[in-house]
Amino acid sequence: MQSKTISSPVGARRATFTEWIGRDPTVTMLCAFILAAALVFGALTPTRFFSGETFRAMAFEMPELGILALAMMVPLMSGGLNLAIIATSNLSGLVTAAIVTSLIHPSSSPMAVAGVIALALLAGMATSLLIGFITGYIVAFLGVHPILVTLGTMTAVKGISVYVTNGGVIGGFPAAILWMGNGTLLGVPVSMILFIFCAVVIALIMTHTPFGVAVRLIGSNEKATRYSGVATNWMLVGVYVLSSLLCWMASIIMMARFNSARAGYAESYLLITILAAVLGGVDPNGGFGRVLGLFLSLILLQEISTGFNLLGFSPHLTEAIWGATMLFAIFIALLRNQWSLRLWRSKTAQ
Amino acid sequence: MRKQVRLVFRHDGQLALIIAAMAIIFSIVSPAFRSTGNLVSLLENYSVMAIMAAGLLVVLISGGIDISFAAIAAVTQYVVALILINAGGNWLVAFALAAAFGGLLGVVNALLIYYLRALSVIVTISTMTCYFALLMFVTEGKSLFNLPDWFTDDLTFWSIPFPVLVAAIVLIITAFILSRLSIGRQVYGLGGNPEAAKRMGSNVLGLQCFVYGYSGLMAGIAGLVQAHRVEEVVPNALIGRELDVLAAVVLGGASLTGGIGSVSGTILGIVLLAILQNGLTLLGVSSYAFGFVTGVVILLSVSATAYTAKRQARSSARHAV
Repeated sequence: MQSKTISSPVGARRATFTEWIGRDPTVTMLCAFILAAALVFGALTPTRFFSGETFRAMAFEMPELGILALAMMVPLMSGGLNLAIIATSNLSGLVTAAIVTSLIHPSSSPMAVAGVIALALLAGMATSLLIGFITGYIVAFLGVHPILVTLGTMTAVKGISVYVTNGGVIGGFPAAILWMGNGTLLGVPVSMILFIFCAVVIALIMTHTPFGVAVRLIGSNEKATRYSGVATNWMLVGVYVLSSLLCWMASIIMMARFNSARAGYAESYLLITILAAVLGGVDPNGGFGRVLGLFLSLILLQEISTGFNLLGFSPHLTEAIWGATMLFAIFIALLRNQWSLRLWRSKTAQ
Repeated sequence: MRKQVRLVFRHDGQLALIIAAMAIIFSIVSPAFRSTGNLVSLLENYSVMAIMAAGLLVVLISGGIDISFAAIAAVTQYVVALILINAGGNWLVAFALAAAFGGLLGVVNALLIYYLRALSVIVTISTMTCYFALLMFVTEGKSLFNLPDWFTDDLTFWSIPFPVLVAAIVLIITAFILSRLSIGRQVYGLGGNPEAAKRMGSNVLGLQCFVYGYSGLMAGIAGLVQAHRVEEVVPNALIGRELDVLAAVVLGGASLTGGIGSVSGTILGIVLLAILQNGLTLLGVSSYAFGFVTGVVILLSVSATAYTAKRQARSSARHAV
């Protein structure tokens, strides 16, 4: 595997775009899928699919699932899983919503409104940070399987939301919050900007900080990482805190888009986030994954959803196609592995 | 192996003690808890969950996980109900159809997991999405209300409600398979150490087909019993139950890494959840608080199990030195 393009020491020539794409088979495959889907939908609905309106609709719909998928990706990279992401989002959304709706009155001055919104957002952040810390602490220091811990936190956190609201809705927000979900900046949806910001930050954290490297190493082999002197326990706490922080970001967008907060919003997204991450090349066993892959897989899923919507199919068919796409992607990856194995064997046989 | 057996017994013993303590407290505080009627309806409420749990338990012991069983139950329920409405039939036909169709969907899971060499959790999430979304697409979310009378009539055998009887039979059969049949022991082997199981001559593909097929079969029967209980078929009624059932099986001591788990533990896990919910309701605690209490119980239980295992590992390491 020691080819020139793969080992690139400092000062080596920059890889061309095709090399850069080709280095990651998942990215190549997803680009091909996206292109193929665009061609099919473009052929079936030529005027409507390639229109500014369609792209804007896609850009408005993607960030919610996108940020939640990022929140799922980080624990997946560490070899874990966070089933509590939706519950965390909803509870921190509810906390924010409760503060905003109870403290802001029509007569409040703009300064007071800004102050209350800042306070509410901070309270929501504190809520999700607390949930993330508790989850991470139990995973790291008690050594419980993340599926079990997050199953527990999910049930408990959702239980709190349901208990406090009696299953009801808290709604009616000032324009500033609605703007984060429905407004645009230079023609780009604000929520999309927030999502891209989160994606870039997570990509940088995972590749360019000691924390990110440690997380990926823990995902590959936790014991070896611990014996090489990394404080794996605290890194794992960090993983779940970071995941919860992303849930808080998602909660703001969800709140703004629905103009309300509730205990049971977006529950069907939970397993879809795992699907999106794995389709984007995140190894469910931990250790490997790129934000770029996740981003492409989200574009593909959104494209399928929007395209079927334009063709007049029900959203349920879209979900079925999502599931089938996942299985198909696993199949392609298997073929690719077998093919490269055969290539390797024939090379070593010579 | 003996240590593992002891561990299982100890976990069961602890759970039984907690349940007994809770039962005593609840029956002292609330006389309604003691009544036979309450206990019977409690059992009936949790019978569908128990049937699904029996299937999931077998999958967990084999070292896999099945997320799709609730979707399989929903699909099977709908298909069987359609056949019964249009072609008629009896309970025997209904069970045969549900078992065959559920089992078939389960085997599809097994084949995908084996031939795609993918993690069971990923494959079953995908198939869950496919099965359920296709069901909603084809049926457009419409419920079926015109079920045959023989199907919806309440049945009791020696004053035991039909769902409870089915759950009991299913759990006894599962326990028998797991502890007395060769294939059951091979499932434990596969979960404990897949490589060793392979070298001992276990047929991994066959075992996986059995395990996921069994889970699908149980899901099919659970769907049928659910339809009988509520006298209607609502496509999305069972969805979202998968994690509840997983919580119950895990409370019962089954390990997510495979090789550990028992029917008795699973029953205790379900009874624990049932008594907790029922007792809290009778004590006048809002039903909205139940989710929180369940979550805390799950967290405490899994933490305690992991903590004792950790301490034991540490003390045995000290003895080895």
